[in-house]
Amino acid sequence: MGLIVEAVLKIVVVFGVVLTFLAYLALFERKILGWIQLRYGPNRVGPWGLLQPLADLLKFLFKEDVRPTTPNPILFSLAPILSLVPALMTYAVIPFGDRIELFGREITLYITSLNVGVLYLFALSGLGVYGIVIAGWASNSKYSLLGGLRSAAQMISYELALTLSVVGVLIQAGSLDLVEIVRAQSGTYFGIIPKWHAFWYQPLGFLLFFIAAVAETNRVPFDLPEAETELVAGYHTEYSATKFAMFYVAEYANILAVSALATTLFLGGWNGPGVERVPLLGVFYFGAKTAVFLFIYIWLRATLPRFRYDQLMRFGWKVLLPLAFANIVFSSVMALVA
Amino acid sequence: MERALFLIFAVTAIGAALNVLLRRHPLHSALALLVMLGALTGFYVLLGAYFLAVIQVVIYAGAILVLFLFVIMLLNVRAEEARIERRPYVRWLAVPFAALLGAEIIYLVRVFEENPSPSGTSVGVTEAVGRELLTTYLLPFELTSILILIAVLGAVVLARRERR
Repeated sequence: MGLIVEAVLKIVVVFGVVLTFLAYLALFERKILGWIQLRYGPNRVGPWGLLQPLADLLKFLFKEDVRPTTPNPILFSLAPILSLVPALMTYAVIPFGDRIELFGREITLYITSLNVGVLYLFALSGLGVYGIVIAGWASNSKYSLLGGLRSAAQMISYELALTLSVVGVLIQAGSLDLVEIVRAQSGTYFGIIPKWHAFWYQPLGFLLFFIAAVAETNRVPFDLPEAETELVAGYHTEYSATKFAMFYVAEYANILAVSALATTLFLGGWNGPGVERVPLLGVFYFGAKTAVFLFIYIWLRATLPRFRYDQLMRFGWKVLLPLAFANIVFSSVMALVA
Repeated sequence: MERALFLIFAVTAIGAALNVLLRRHPLHSALALLVMLGALTGFYVLLGAYFLAVIQVVIYAGAILVLFLFVIMLLNVRAEEARIERRPYVRWLAVPFAALLGAEIIYLVRVFEENPSPSGTSVGVTEAVGRELLTTYLLPFELTSILILIAVLGAVVLARRERR
């Protein structure tokens, strides 16, 4: 009984914090974009625009839900749900910290640790495609359909590179469990350099993972599924009000999830100086490392132009994929030598 | 609890499988197949075979079925077109296959004995699966990889021929 209460409480806390953070991630993105483009960004609602997410939320909830004439109203409504649910399910296995003592009991700072954690995440990212594809198809609009098709092709292509870039980490850590992978990265080399996978011997895997992750989340410069100059808004052209908000949240949820995953797999997760004595510090380190990725995501959006579609495909299949294979061979050799 | 979950998954799987066959629109059939795969994943989890459960979602739901959807949407297959039967005699092939399947089910029900539930064992855990694949079942495993390699080469040859 106590175990169930603990699990439910943890789920409520994690989802509460994550969903609030996602709302603010949208604000931070607009603020940072504003600074990079030498303007203020949102600054009217509340001090420093801090109440902007709340205003956005209210606006999304109270707007009229415009529906296109479509032969598939059920699929049309189902698509945003199919897009949002897998995105949120990823947070069940992400380790935010190690474990702390609270009220005399030991509490782990993650909802659960699966012995197939990494595969579970890839399964969810594979399921995320359905929401977008079905949205594109059920909207009964050519822009949506083209956006959905592009997105399906892009996500299948880059999912391969994403998955294969992680295999090196799995070889080095010897586990599929995210908690074990973080544990494998504790300690330092020569007392200075942290034993993070990104430093040794997965720098190539890290780079490949990050590029593939940007493509997998449909972000600039890989945001062809919603290229506004060609496709209006791609798969969510026909969506409005709450349903649009769900796509929006799903996109940010995916960005946060891959950033957290990159931190976990390559940057040592909660590891940092002093974590052994004060485990709660781990959550801070984890958050700080993830924030760096989030900033780079936004930075990329403000800096880079969009790829052309054939460039995107060629890059995925002829550059990223062979490099990922090379990284697996290299990691296997290193694992044998070490 | 386990029995109740089994019943839920079983009913879902059979209902979805029937939908795959009975739906007229190929896209609806494909989505019903997705639900079926989800129910099958539930069975694997109940058996403690987490690795198989997750791999099932990654490969079938995440890759193969998405390609099905992709082809259906790209070719824009309509309900009527899909129903044109080119070879009527194919339908009669269903009889022997149904008989075979029925015989298999009867045989399985007769030899079935109440096994202790394998949940809690490490049958479906990644390490156990890997060990078995690379020792006991090495030959079929390698043969499968050669088969896949041939398929990859075939795809490349077909794609290149089209370009000329």
